Amino acid sequence: MNVLTFIHAFFSDGSHWHGYDGIPTRLTEHLHYSLQALAIAAVIGLPIGLITGHYGRGGNAIALVATGSRALPTFGLLVLMVMWLGFGLGPVMIPLVVLAVPPILVTTYEAVRSVDPSPVDAARGMGMPESRILLQVELPGALPLILGGLRSAAIQIVSTATIAAYVGLGGIGRYIIDGLYQRNYEKVVGGATLVAVLALVTLGVFWAVARVAVSPGVRRSG
Amino acid sequence: MIRIDSVTKRYPDGTVAVDRLSLEIPDRSITVLVGPSGCGKTTTLRMINRMVEPSEGTITLDGVDISRQPVNSLRRSMGYVIQNAGLFQHRTIVDNIATVPRLLGQSKARSRARARELMERVGLDVSLAKRYPYQLSGGQQQRVGVARALAADPPVLLMDEPFSAVDPIVRKGLQEELLRIQEELGKTIVFVTHDIDEAIRLGTMVAVLRTGGRLAQFAPPAELLSSPADAFVEDFLGADRGIRRLSFFPAQALELKKTPIVAVDSTAEQIAARTTPETPYLLVTGLDGRPLGWSEPEDLVAGDIDVARLLPYGRPFAYGTDSLRAALDGAVLSPTGWAVAVDDAGRAVGVVSQQAVGEAIRAAHAKGLTAAKVAG
Ligand SMILES: Nc1ncnc2c1ncn2[C@@H]1O[C@H](COP(=O)(O)OP(=O)(O)OP(=O)(O)O)[C@@H](O)[C@H]1O
Ligand SMILES: [Mg+2]
Repeated sequence: MNVLTFIHAFFSDGSHWHGYDGIPTRLTEHLHYSLQALAIAAVIGLPIGLITGHYGRGGNAIALVATGSRALPTFGLLVLMVMWLGFGLGPVMIPLVVLAVPPILVTTYEAVRSVDPSPVDAARGMGMPESRILLQVELPGALPLILGGLRSAAIQIVSTATIAAYVGLGGIGRYIIDGLYQRNYEKVVGGATLVAVLALVTLGVFWAVARVAVSPGVRRSG
Repeated sequence: MIRIDSVTKRYPDGTVAVDRLSLEIPDRSITVLVGPSGCGKTTTLRMINRMVEPSEGTITLDGVDISRQPVNSLRRSMGYVIQNAGLFQHRTIVDNIATVPRLLGQSKARSRARARELMERVGLDVSLAKRYPYQLSGGQQQRVGVARALAADPPVLLMDEPFSAVDPIVRKGLQEELLRIQEELGKTIVFVTHDIDEAIRLGTMVAVLRTGGRLAQFAPPAELLSSPADAFVEDFLGADRGIRRLSFFPAQALELKKTPIVAVDSTAEQIAARTTPETPYLLVTGLDGRPLGWSEPEDLVAGDIDVARLLPYGRPFAYGTDSLRAALDGAVLSPTGWAVAVDDAGRAVGVVSQQAVGEAIRAAHAKGLTAAKVAG
């Protein structure tokens, strides 16, 4: 049997499409964890990245945070959190957020730093307050790169959120872990395929968001 | 009036960009700051809208120390135009121009209506309103920059090398446009350039700065050309200062000779009547009065004038609007050594020799006649 047959077998099995272990339920759970982690990471990473980028301060600290947290093993962190906090959503969210903050923070910082300085100078010279300069001049120009950072964070989250299954939670990780345990490779491959499809969908969503959110003037000129 | 009073700017690294500079910038006229690269022009300009704070000295606007005014409202009362326009790439042209009215709390609709009005004022087709900056040429972008600076109708306009990134022909167009706008609006403009020709063309007053941020001379352009304060200014003005100075003397000071002009259908008697000993050549004109070319009188056969064999007449000058510089240029370019004066419609109104131009130059210098600046 090859992978394609596994995939076919998994998705054509009617029992995989409903119930508490059905694909819709597991997908919804997975999306739920992923979106929550992405939202928390964005709420942390975006403002810090925007403000440090605007003032051009703290670049070294950001680089340090970025390398430091990349060195942290996500799975190790999960185990640590479970030992510390017990089972539940919290121990899963923390490693996912730790994973997602650096790409968001670093690209946002870099994106704001790399905005053409002359419109910023012009804006300041015409009496625009700093907050407006950041939100109305720098952010629109930096948006394509910032969305790129969010996109890589989102894809990392989507593929890593499978760890939720290790601590007894749901999500697509369930198929992979249960499948491995039951030596049901059809399930493992099916789960992995779902993760891959979800990552592709994430790419598509970010492409669509960029189409809508990025001004044609920036898209075409940059 | 903007008054700069013994202002010094020392940057944190110790560079003294401006050194005890004092200038009185007159209202409703163009004051140009000119000088070599790094002499402190931009620093001076940016101290006026407090983008840079002076280390010593004060700047007052209508008698009020600007350091006591809220910085953003001060800036909103001064238009600011920079070298590469600094347009907001993510906003359409009309929204770029509407920025300051929007900042001042005007409605979107009103700000946009105002922006469209300004597009016309600066010579931009309103059909460009919905475009993005990348869809415009450099010269058009610069016009947008000027329109954006004018949008809230500020009394003061600060311009930092606004036209230096475009080619010479576009630059000339932008300069003419600025002079026209200035005639209509009468702003107090402070204009930075490193191009002395631009300074002379645009300035009502020109401040020449030397490296180290010291004022070398502050004078109207004609005075700068006629009496540079020192060797530095003289050097900065360049080699053909004498020729350029002629731009300030109207060609109308010339006494034109009207006799040696014959129409292409002249009779032998008419040709003979117009031939005089002091004019070795006759200017042949078409039936519409426009010049066709020069000829020696004996080569002209009445009723059979061969236009192709006439000598070229070089570049005519407009008697009413051009300067002695244009007249001299016309005389130098003409193979006969005579310049042709034309009226607004391009009809020959007289001719003048190199000698006569030279005499007029000497007379003008003697009188120190520096009437209003004339074109060309
Ligand atoms: N932020 C700064 N920190 C330190 N030195 C500066 C700073 N800005 C300008 N300078 C220095 O101050 C001097 C004057 O600079 P300024 O930009 O005012 O010159 P400029 O006359 O506008 O030159 P250019 O024609 O090249 O634009 C230069 O020696 C420059 O290196
Ligand atoms: Mg400069």
